[in-house]
Amino acid sequence: MKHVNRAITVLIFLFLYLPMAVLIVGSFNTGSNLSHFDGFTLSRYAELFQDRALLALMRNSIVLSLLASVIATAFGTMAAVGIRALRPRLRGAVMAVTNIPMTNPDIVTGISLSLLFVFVGSGLLGMRQSLSFWTLLIAHITFNLPYVILNVMPKLNQMDPALHDAALDLGCTNVQAFFKVTIHEIMPGILSGAVMAFTMSLDDFVISYFVSGTDFVTLPVEIYNYVKKPIPPRVYALFTLLFLLILVLMTVMNLLQVRTDRSRSASHRAGMIKEEKR
Amino acid sequence: MRKNRTVFLSIPYLLWMLVFTLIPLGVVAYYAFTDVSTGEFTLANILSLGQYIGNIGDSMLYALVSALICLLLGYPVAYFIAKQSPVAQKFLYMLVMLPMCMSFLLRTMAWVGLLQDTGIINNLLEAIGLSRLPLIRTPAAVVLGMVYNYLPYMILPLYATIVKIDPKLIEAAQDLGCNGAQCFRRVTLPLSIPGILSGMTMVFVPAVSTFYISQKLGSSDTILIGDLIEKLFKQAYNPNMGSALSLLLMVLVFIAVAIMNRFGGEEDGVIV
Repeated sequence: MKHVNRAITVLIFLFLYLPMAVLIVGSFNTGSNLSHFDGFTLSRYAELFQDRALLALMRNSIVLSLLASVIATAFGTMAAVGIRALRPRLRGAVMAVTNIPMTNPDIVTGISLSLLFVFVGSGLLGMRQSLSFWTLLIAHITFNLPYVILNVMPKLNQMDPALHDAALDLGCTNVQAFFKVTIHEIMPGILSGAVMAFTMSLDDFVISYFVSGTDFVTLPVEIYNYVKKPIPPRVYALFTLLFLLILVLMTVMNLLQVRTDRSRSASHRAGMIKEEKR
Repeated sequence: MRKNRTVFLSIPYLLWMLVFTLIPLGVVAYYAFTDVSTGEFTLANILSLGQYIGNIGDSMLYALVSALICLLLGYPVAYFIAKQSPVAQKFLYMLVMLPMCMSFLLRTMAWVGLLQDTGIINNLLEAIGLSRLPLIRTPAAVVLGMVYNYLPYMILPLYATIVKIDPKLIEAAQDLGCNGAQCFRRVTLPLSIPGILSGMTMVFVPAVSTFYISQKLGSSDTILIGDLIEKLFKQAYNPNMGSALSLLLMVLVFIAVAIMNRFGGEEDGVIV
C-alpha cells in the first residue's frame, strides 16, 4: 500500500508540473508554437527585457498586489483584534460575512463589485470612466481581507490572555501592549496571511477582469486578452523567471522555518534539562 | 471597560464589508429584478432562466465529476505527505502550493499545447506509430482542466486533516485487532471527513463557475454558467440577465455548501 501511495504521489506531481515544464521549454524555443520545439534560443529573455509594455504590466501587477496585501494585512489584523472582542453571537455573524468572499464564486464577487462601481460611478456621480486603478485596489483589498483574518484569528485565540494583562500591569497602555506583546505572539499568522494575500492578488484574474478599467490593466487580464492573438513567447520567458523566483522564495522561507523550529525545540529541550536538574 | 473599547477596532471592517460585500450582492439582486432597457421591476429575467437549464446541468455535472476525481487522486497524495518527516512534509506542501501561485491562464494554455490535434501528446503518439486521438474539445479535456487546476485545493485541506489524526488512535485500533485496511476504513477515513468535505467544496465552487477552462479546452457547445455570465456582461451588455444567472449560481453554491456542511455535522469553518 505504501508503494502504491508513493507511486501515485510521484505521478500526481508529474501531472501538476508537466504543463509548467511545457511553458518553460517554450521559453527557450525559436518557434512560437508550444507543440513544436524548433531550436534552442535565449533571445526570448532579451525580448522580454526590451518589451516595455509587458514590463509595465508586470510592474502594475506587483504594485497592485503589494499595496492591496499590505493594506489588507494591517486592516485585517486590526479587524481580527476587534472581532474577538465582540459578543459571541455577533462574532459568529461577522465571521459568516467574512466567509462570503471566500465561498462565493470569484465571478460573482467580480460582477457584484463591478455593478456597484458602475452604479455609483456612472449612475450617481456621472463619471465617464467608473472603473480604474482604485476600483481594482478596493476589490483586491476586499478579497484579501478574509485570508488575513482567518490566518490571524487562530493565533489570537491561541495566545495566553494573561500576557496582555501582564503588559498592562507593568504599565503599558492598550496600544503599547499590542505593539510590544500581542503583535509578536501573532506574527506568524500575520505573515502567512500577508503572503497568502499577496499571491492571491498577483495571480487573480477573474475578479480583476471585471473591475479593471482601461487605464490600469494587470498582467493576467492582458494575458486573457491575448486569446484573439497568439501569445508571444516572451510571456513564457516571464513565466519561467517568475517560477524560479517563487521557487527560491518558498524554499528560503521553508529553510528558515525549519531552522527556527529546530532551534526552538533545541532550546525547549535545554529548558527541560535545566528543570530536571533543579 | 478595556474590552469594550477594543470592539471599536472592528467598526471600520464592518463598514467595509457592508459596502463592498453585502451591498454589491444587493445590487446584483436589484439588476436581476429589473428590465435591461427600461430599468423597471420585472420577473422576466428570473423566469427566462429556464432556457439555460442544459448549461446549468452541465456545469453542475462537470464540477461534481471533477471534485470526485480530485478526491480519488488527492487522497493518496495527502495521506502520503502526512506520513513523511516534518521537514519533508513542509517541502511537499510547498510543491503542492507552488502551481497555485503561477498564472492559471498560462497553465491552461499549456494544456492546449499538449492536447491539441497537432499537440505534443498526439505528436508522440504518431512518433511511436499510433494514430492521433481527438483529445481537445471533448468533455474529458474540460474535466482534465478542472482537475488539474483545482487538485491542490483538494490536497491541502485533506493533508491538514490527516496530519492531525492522533497516531495513538491507529495503534489502539491495531491493538484491538484491526488489519491495515480495517484501520483505514474505520479510523482514518471517518476522521478525515472534515477535510474531504472542505476539499470537495473548494474544488466544486471554482469549477462550477469557471469560464476559461471550458472556452480553451471544451468544444464550442460546452457553455458553462461562467461562460454565459461572462458573455452577458462583456459581450451582450445585458447585466440584468447576467445578474439573474449570478444569483442562481450563488443559490446553487449555497445549497452545495449547506449539503456538505450537513454531511459533516455542524463543522464550524472551512479549513483553508
